[in-house]
Amino acid sequence: MWHTACWIGGSVADPRAVRRLLRNPSAWISAAVLLLVVLACVAGPCFLPASLGDPGPNQYAPPSWEHPFGTDLNGRDLLLRVLAGGRISLAVGLCGALVSLFIGTAWGLVAGYAGGVVDGFMMRLVDILYSVPRLIFILIAISAFNKQLQTFASGLGWEWLVQSSQIAILILTLGVIEWLTMARIVRGQVLSLKSRQFIAAARVLGQSHVKILLRHLLPNLSGIILIYLTLTIPAVIIDESFLSFLGLGIQAPQASWGSLLSDGAGAINPLKSFWWLLVFPAAAMSLTLLALNFLGDAMRDAFDPRG
Amino acid sequence: MGLSLLRRLGALVLVLFCVVSITFVLIRLSPGGPFDGERKIPPAIERQLLAKYKLDGSLWEQYSGYLSDLVRGDLRLSTKYRNRSVNEILVQTLPVTLCLGGVAFLLASVGGVWLGTLAAMHQHTWRDFGAMFLALAAISLPAYIVGPLLILFFGLELHWLPVGGWGSWQELILPAVTLAAPAMAAIARLMRGSMVETLQQDFVRTARAKGLRESAVVYKHALRIAVLPVVSYLGPLAAHLLTGSIIVETIFHIPGAGGFFVNSILNRDGFLIGGMVIVYCVLLVLFNLAVDVAYGLLDRRIRG
Repeated sequence: MWHTACWIGGSVADPRAVRRLLRNPSAWISAAVLLLVVLACVAGPCFLPASLGDPGPNQYAPPSWEHPFGTDLNGRDLLLRVLAGGRISLAVGLCGALVSLFIGTAWGLVAGYAGGVVDGFMMRLVDILYSVPRLIFILIAISAFNKQLQTFASGLGWEWLVQSSQIAILILTLGVIEWLTMARIVRGQVLSLKSRQFIAAARVLGQSHVKILLRHLLPNLSGIILIYLTLTIPAVIIDESFLSFLGLGIQAPQASWGSLLSDGAGAINPLKSFWWLLVFPAAAMSLTLLALNFLGDAMRDAFDPRG
Repeated sequence: MGLSLLRRLGALVLVLFCVVSITFVLIRLSPGGPFDGERKIPPAIERQLLAKYKLDGSLWEQYSGYLSDLVRGDLRLSTKYRNRSVNEILVQTLPVTLCLGGVAFLLASVGGVWLGTLAAMHQHTWRDFGAMFLALAAISLPAYIVGPLLILFFGLELHWLPVGGWGSWQELILPAVTLAAPAMAAIARLMRGSMVETLQQDFVRTARAKGLRESAVVYKHALRIAVLPVVSYLGPLAAHLLTGSIIVETIFHIPGAGGFFVNSILNRDGFLIGGMVIVYCVLLVLFNLAVDVAYGLLDRRIRG
């Protein structure tokens, strides 16, 4: 994350880097774990009877054959809740990271390519935003924008957006706060690529700035963009569950890993501990975050031979 | 030095002005007034309430009034906690948050620098891999996973430490560790990278050739240079800790500013939200200024 890059960027298709990545066992293991979690969350709820998600008679049942992860306060099966919550957490993480990727890449490309005063101004803004508690602004912004998006969506007649306006707001706002690192990295890459001969050649040939940016610079940045996409997803997942933990993110009856953890932490007490409410969501979430971070790290090592 | 300091102070005022304006706009944009309740308030009383909390007049009048109050250091009245001013609430709760944050800050920076240096000195050994594995794990695990698990284990299973509350030093341990862990890990990774690079430089070879002990080479000569990226990370670190303390205070039932902050958002307590955001930002911006100055001094000593 604090990588002051001076290596010349690689594209995703660099065969040497791919070979280095495939030789790294930690990349294999984390990719396999990640695949497993994603498959379980996406496909899992389809195979379980939907009635498990409805409130039932057995409150706070400990893990058993019938309910492998136990049940919660309302007698809902925790396994189903964790898988369905994972869907939302993963979706928010991926979409938020994509939003941040878009903003960060565009910002870094323009700043690095333009240079001079423009670069100085844009990067100074990034520095300032780094030192401001951005998540705190998001806390306020969510409640401010949610209502407006709902009225906007119902005006257009988009029922689905009214239903999931909270998720849409989360994706947008979290994407908007997590782009700073991406912008810095991309700018650093552009600065070092810009002075190379193929860019000079393109310029001499009279290609437009837009074409140089999109055709010549962007493909050479694909490796590093992919790496930081992998590292931004866990950051967005953490932010989302931060908000959901405080009760300001995903609202009941929908669940995400953060709100499940919040329920679990609320159920700890010295008299009788419902440990499964905490341990299983925590395990699912930490497994995913660990796998993503280790995969991102392994990719960075593979694409950056200086490491 | 003086000129650049002045320029930074100017930028600081600009940043704070933006923060105040954005906060004001966001609060005004959010739906629902502070007095929306079960019962309908008669219009005459509502008008008086609005006047008391200075919520009457046009939007522009409210904004300029708020700005001029802020300049005088008045953060106004809380609309939820009747007859308590935001200043009062902050004076009571902020010291708690700052104490927790300060301990976590020390723990994170000292522990992180030490771990990172250790990993760099023993590069590619089990210590290096162990420390870096732990660091990546700690970065991946947010406070609301670590905190409740620590409570479950050290508090409820082993009965070693209290599970929450505020007042004694034992009650400080678990929250401080929870808050510091990810930051410490981030610093350790940063420190390792920069120390590995520093140890390859010529002056380190000279120091070694003089026959200095390895520990003296690392801690006396290399550390000064290698610590610079960590110093410039301290600003964002403080922002992380301040945000993280909201969660940690909620988990460990600590009477700090974090709980009030979350409640103020849920209660639509506009001036309390504004006051908290503004005070947080002032603290962070001032801290960043201090870090910048410290960085300049450190850097100058090295060059000179």
